[in-house]
Amino acid sequence: MPILAEWYDFRDLGNAMGALQDQILDWGAPDWVPYVVSGIIAVVGILLWLLVSQIIFIWIERRVIGLMHNRIGPNRVGPMGLLQGVADAIKLLLKEAVTARATDKILFWAAPIAIFIPAMVVFAVIPFGEGMVLSDLNVGVLFFVAIGSINTIAVFAAGWSSNNKFALIGAMRQIAMLISYELVQVFAILGVVIMVGSMRMQDLVGWQADNDVWMFAIQPLALVAFIIAGLVEVNRSPADTSEAESELIAGFHTEYSGIKFGFFYAAEYFATFALCGVIVTLFLGGWTLWGVEEWVPGFLIFLTKLYAVFFIFIWARGTLPRLRIDQLMTFSWKFLLELMFVNILVVGLETLIWREQGYDAATVLPIFGVINWVLAIGLVFLWARMLGHGTPRTAGKRATLTQELGAIYYEGAGSPGA
Amino acid sequence: MEDTGTVVAFWTLAIMTIGSALMVAIVRNLIHAVVFLVLSFMGVAGLYITLSADFVGVAQILIYSGAISILVIFAIVLTPQAGRDNAETSMRLPAAILAVLVATMLGYAAVETAWIKCGETARLPCFPDAEGFDGTAQAIGNALLDKYILPFEIAAALMLVAMLGAIIIVRAEGTEGTAEE
Repeated sequence: MPILAEWYDFRDLGNAMGALQDQILDWGAPDWVPYVVSGIIAVVGILLWLLVSQIIFIWIERRVIGLMHNRIGPNRVGPMGLLQGVADAIKLLLKEAVTARATDKILFWAAPIAIFIPAMVVFAVIPFGEGMVLSDLNVGVLFFVAIGSINTIAVFAAGWSSNNKFALIGAMRQIAMLISYELVQVFAILGVVIMVGSMRMQDLVGWQADNDVWMFAIQPLALVAFIIAGLVEVNRSPADTSEAESELIAGFHTEYSGIKFGFFYAAEYFATFALCGVIVTLFLGGWTLWGVEEWVPGFLIFLTKLYAVFFIFIWARGTLPRLRIDQLMTFSWKFLLELMFVNILVVGLETLIWREQGYDAATVLPIFGVINWVLAIGLVFLWARMLGHGTPRTAGKRATLTQELGAIYYEGAGSPGA
Repeated sequence: MEDTGTVVAFWTLAIMTIGSALMVAIVRNLIHAVVFLVLSFMGVAGLYITLSADFVGVAQILIYSGAISILVIFAIVLTPQAGRDNAETSMRLPAAILAVLVATMLGYAAVETAWIKCGETARLPCFPDAEGFDGTAQAIGNALLDKYILPFEIAAALMLVAMLGAIIIVRAEGTEGTAEE
């Protein structure tokens, strides 16, 4: 499928966009006009898709979690509660956005915007189809991580400007989580990048299409770590420790209401969609599906995979209890990070052997896959046993490093040896 | 600096960078100063990207806007006198002298350097083709692990030592026993 087919070839909406650009150039506009026009159209399109997806998924998420919890879920607004998302959106728009008197007005106002922009910007590098990527940077994957890291400052601004101890504690927890799991995320991505040899998103998709294999079959450990790290980064349950309702009211957005809270809520959803998009691109073959993309539009395949990954996040939210902050920190620094080091070592070694010896990909990749799966399962069990998690323990352990960040710690209370 | 887009981007980013840097010095509230510092870092990252150094630009966002700014914030929050203003300082005269010296040095360097316009030499084409544009991350990686391997490893060892030192400083006294159980 060539990039610039006929404009009505809707297997790839990039065709129509390319035709529009040519048309604008034909009218004698300067060079920059087509870029600006196509950029605006694409951004508006992505935003509309995000809003519609969000409104639908608010309903799906609440209904599915209701099913998992053996209760009904929202069923009053519209048929089967279908309009619940719309009702929520209208409610958020109409509610009064209270600004407490003791807040830092400027930062309080700027924080929701500062958290919303990165959540939108990330979609610039996510390939929805062959010609459907806003900007195919050659450091696309790194761009995703870099934009995600800006969140820390926005979260801190929200928590600090609220002038509320719960908000500040929530913000500090969130920053600690972001910093810890960003490392895991980067190292998980690094394994993929080493094997593919490129950070361009379309190259990652192309590599998986060329070798007829999805990356998760070769690097299961990286996928698991990336999903867990992503769960923490987007601050969704079971890792929403920074807004734990039972301890912190709502964490760093305690003081926000109305549409300002709506911005946080939307940014969280958008970030989750972006994360699902990156997972699909990196590990699940992106917009390709073993030749089916010749017939079915690539972006539909991509969206199907994206929603399927989103379902995993809903599933995790519906079934797993929330972790304590010290458990989260320990899990990152003592468990996932080490596994990722081993993963990089193994993948680097495999790639080195592959490149140096010039083996055929079809013969060598299944071997790598089997080795990595065995290693992944073995390592997870061995490492857990080494850290003493082989048998479940009930008593809490005092968290030394995280107690400043608001962790509940148990000073010798019923610890097994004390 | 050939097409309109680059010129507009350059001036916007330059004003954003210098304006926020100025605000860091002017604004009274320390946390606001940090936020402006982040804006300034972002402007610098944008300038790198207009210079076709996309890897450096993205790394600038990742390291400076994401990590260094948080480090500065932690430093401010953990400082006992964090509530005080930006302005109270007895170091005004030394700071002014230092600023003038640095500005003079940078200005001198900018004026005296024999700038090469793009297209004049083969090493600096005006519009690098897509292939030539690709290699920034790869070239940096190759240089780091080949020519500059020794500084790279020394930096890594230094950071490891710093991290261990931080852990030892942070660890409270007398918690070793409970931590091991």
